[in-house]
Amino acid sequence: MIHAIVEKDLYFDSVFLMLINSEVKKLKGILNAVVSMGTEMNIELLKDMGYADENVLTATSNDLLVVIESVDRETADTAVAAVYDLLNKKKKKNSGKAYQPRSLQSAVRDEPEANMVIISLPGEFAAREAKTALNNGLNVMMFSDNVSIESEIELKELACEKGLLMMGPDCGTAIINGHPLCFANVVAPGDIGVVAASGTGLQEVTSCIDTFGGGITQGIGTGGRDLKDPRIGGKMMLMGIEALKQDPSTKVIAVISKPAAHEVADKILRALEKTGKPSVVHFIGQPRETKRDQMHFAGSLEETAKIAVALSKGESYSPSVFTLPQSEIRAIVAGESEKISSDQKYLRGLYTGGTVADEAIILLEQVTGPVYSNNQKKKELQLPDPFKSVGHTIVDLGDDIYTVGRPHPMIDPTTREERINIEADDKEMAVMLIDIVLGYGSHKDPAGAIIASLKEARLKAEARRGYLPVIASVIGTKNDFQGYDATVSTLESAGCIVMPSNYQASMLAVEIIKKRGTL
Amino acid sequence: MNVDRITSLFEKDLNVINMGLESFSETLVEQGVQSTHVFWSPPAGGDARLLEALDVLNSRKEEIDLANKKALEIIQKGKPEIIDIQIAIDVIPRMTARTVLHAGPPVTWENMCGPMKGAVIGGLIFEGLAHTREEAEQLASSGEIIFDPCHHHSTVGPMAGIVTASMPVWVMKNAVYGNRAYATLNEGLGKVLRYGAFSHEVIDKLRWMRDELAPILKKALERHGPVDMKNLIAQVLQMGDEGHNRNRAGTSLFIREMAPHLVRLDEDRETIAKVFTFMHLNDHFFLNLTMPACKCIIDGARDIENSSLIVTQARNGTEFGIQISGLGDRWFTGPASKVDGLYLPGYTADDAGLDIGDSTITETVGIGGFAMAAAPAIVQFVGGTPEDAMNFTLDMYEITLGENSVFQIPSLDFRGTPTGIDLMKIIERGIYPVINTGIAHKDPGVGMVGAGLVKPPANCFDEALLAFAERVK
Repeated sequence: MIHAIVEKDLYFDSVFLMLINSEVKKLKGILNAVVSMGTEMNIELLKDMGYADENVLTATSNDLLVVIESVDRETADTAVAAVYDLLNKKKKKNSGKAYQPRSLQSAVRDEPEANMVIISLPGEFAAREAKTALNNGLNVMMFSDNVSIESEIELKELACEKGLLMMGPDCGTAIINGHPLCFANVVAPGDIGVVAASGTGLQEVTSCIDTFGGGITQGIGTGGRDLKDPRIGGKMMLMGIEALKQDPSTKVIAVISKPAAHEVADKILRALEKTGKPSVVHFIGQPRETKRDQMHFAGSLEETAKIAVALSKGESYSPSVFTLPQSEIRAIVAGESEKISSDQKYLRGLYTGGTVADEAIILLEQVTGPVYSNNQKKKELQLPDPFKSVGHTIVDLGDDIYTVGRPHPMIDPTTREERINIEADDKEMAVMLIDIVLGYGSHKDPAGAIIASLKEARLKAEARRGYLPVIASVIGTKNDFQGYDATVSTLESAGCIVMPSNYQASMLAVEIIKKRGTL
Repeated sequence: MNVDRITSLFEKDLNVINMGLESFSETLVEQGVQSTHVFWSPPAGGDARLLEALDVLNSRKEEIDLANKKALEIIQKGKPEIIDIQIAIDVIPRMTARTVLHAGPPVTWENMCGPMKGAVIGGLIFEGLAHTREEAEQLASSGEIIFDPCHHHSTVGPMAGIVTASMPVWVMKNAVYGNRAYATLNEGLGKVLRYGAFSHEVIDKLRWMRDELAPILKKALERHGPVDMKNLIAQVLQMGDEGHNRNRAGTSLFIREMAPHLVRLDEDRETIAKVFTFMHLNDHFFLNLTMPACKCIIDGARDIENSSLIVTQARNGTEFGIQISGLGDRWFTGPASKVDGLYLPGYTADDAGLDIGDSTITETVGIGGFAMAAAPAIVQFVGGTPEDAMNFTLDMYEITLGENSVFQIPSLDFRGTPTGIDLMKIIERGIYPVINTGIAHKDPGVGMVGAGLVKPPANCFDEALLAFAERVK
């Protein structure tokens, strides 16, 4: 049945209504829904769909239209109620805009239903406010860094005692109840719960899960030090795992972390085993263990997602490096390496995401030997001058040394643009490897912002009678506001090869370097 | 491991409070998530000394909270009543024939600002201790006059706040705690003593007030019985007054209270009419009642060990000073500020004296600037919008111990006014008490030139916090 409502003189902006529209369409028993303003175009559209009754036909562009096609009246009523609920939230927000509370305490008084505090204040003040939040029974996501280990321990102990989330410090990504927080992607809902001690790691894994047709329940961030420092001892990772264990919607658990202290890793694995739910673990840069019971070990961020999706769908997982058939990969490698000149020897990875940069370093090192980086754990391979590449170099441009006085390169692409321009003049560069991170928090067109520099770099290589392959991966989903497909087209228009994951992009770069070596 | 609160978060609508980058909140709002952005500022302005003192104090939070709870309770329960009109020397503690009380923290004759000097001159002439300006100045600098803050004598005075021995004063009694407070009768607008004017007409008016107005009102008051000031103030907040800079409703209510008793007095019709007219023509007549009423309430909360309640904020035109409940009679002072305001025709900022008067006592119990939301008309005076008035009040909730149980603001859904200024919260939030005030001419003898908003000097709050931390430690 079709249920149409015309709400006179009630205006909302179209982007907001589109979001409501997609929310309502997800409800059970709803066949179709249109929530829009009564513009001429929208009314025409409704006419074509057979939804326009006399009432709808008289609507103006200042009137709100709510049209629901559902299995029965009851479902329609539920959907209409949901629409108004979402609309009211917006109205409430707008009416309160005049006065912003000056303290956390007042915000809690104004909004007693609050359940999450996001803190991105300067580090020296962040811990104080987080403590107040926890003491008020609120979960915390702390984006701030420069918070001492002692404070982190104190806050996480307090959170454990209160049974609350203390995500961070230095937690840039989380997805709670389907809502991306800070730097995060719009990922399909599903039954995979993720806990991650790595921001871009969480973005890459959740985006890949979406790409491979899976979906998530929650994406919990812990901050990068959670497992690394034995004094913190994975406190938040353990809380996250326990919460996902008890969450009935979560059927599969995925855990990702930067290298973990040995005893902490053991604790995490035991906890994961005890959940009784199938799980997949990836400790970046640590050798993969053999599968035990329901616990699987992945060798890359992408594989973490692949295994999780396979577990979620009850399918078997068969390892493979590339999504494309081997023959196509061979053709790409041959085509891209053919025109590289003999002066061109080295790979240059220019990253905005820290964890994906780490992943690339690790993959490359196994094949090419030493890789220099500002992120290198090995002292002798740390860049003597972080602004100058030597040999195979992969830089994490989100590092503080590159961002003094300017925003993170995910927000402000100029840091990377400048670096691309510098590398372009280096005749020894053989392959350029980049990441493009989409999602909330990120720049509105991260590919478009660097595309001119990429083209220029390729032209310069050709002018030197060489050729520069640019291999990219896009971290993001089709529902991210920057547009996944548009981003890929932009990159491809400049001759970049776009791979489905950072792992595959890195492996393709490795293949090209190998191939060049044999030329 | 208990994760009930996390799993219950998973079942509820996400509802976020955002502190820091506002865009994090905006993207959530775009997604239809309820998100409240906090307009945050760094505690103690990031001053390491003060942050350390706050840490010390926070380690004694339980005792401080307990002391402040007691202090707030005393404010809430306090019940000031007008019980009488008397002559200053007969009722004000330690008042002598040669004592001159003044507004604000202690100040010597030499350091007094122009308007206060003018008011002292007028006071000495009124007392017959001098006959000319020169005689008065000589006497004032001779050391024979005892200058002392009103606050040291359970008294408060608007602007210069000069009280001399033979002036009639309102006698306010706290019906619950028994303490008393005093203030002179308001002289009206224009050339008046409290703004430093001392011409013949000023002195003549003071004499009429002493000889005719005060005795008549005293008799009317006797017929009426004690006037419940708390109840009257609660009413005026619902009638567009805030009890400090707007007292139109209060003055009207007081006239209404007194009228049936005044007309029954065995006095000449014209004499009574003059009393009515005098009150009617002076919107601020009620100010000299709200001030001692507030003083009477807050004095009950003085000297509570470990309490960070501000029990006095007062200015003498040279310095701004505060006193803290847990720190006894000690003053913490800073230079008096310039008032940012609007001027009466013919005057400019160049004519303005600095911030002056004890009237900031009203803010200590949750009226005046703290109740500006109740008096939207007042903001026109200071060049703002009704929304500004609302926001001033909302900000003050950040630095107060609680909400008043009797004084309420209709437009905030009858929320109690922000009450009991907490020194610790001021430093923690970096928000200072809002003060709206009249502006006196900088020279003696001229009078009022405008009105506006003023920021208190931060250093007196900083120093008070350091001293409080030292004391509590």
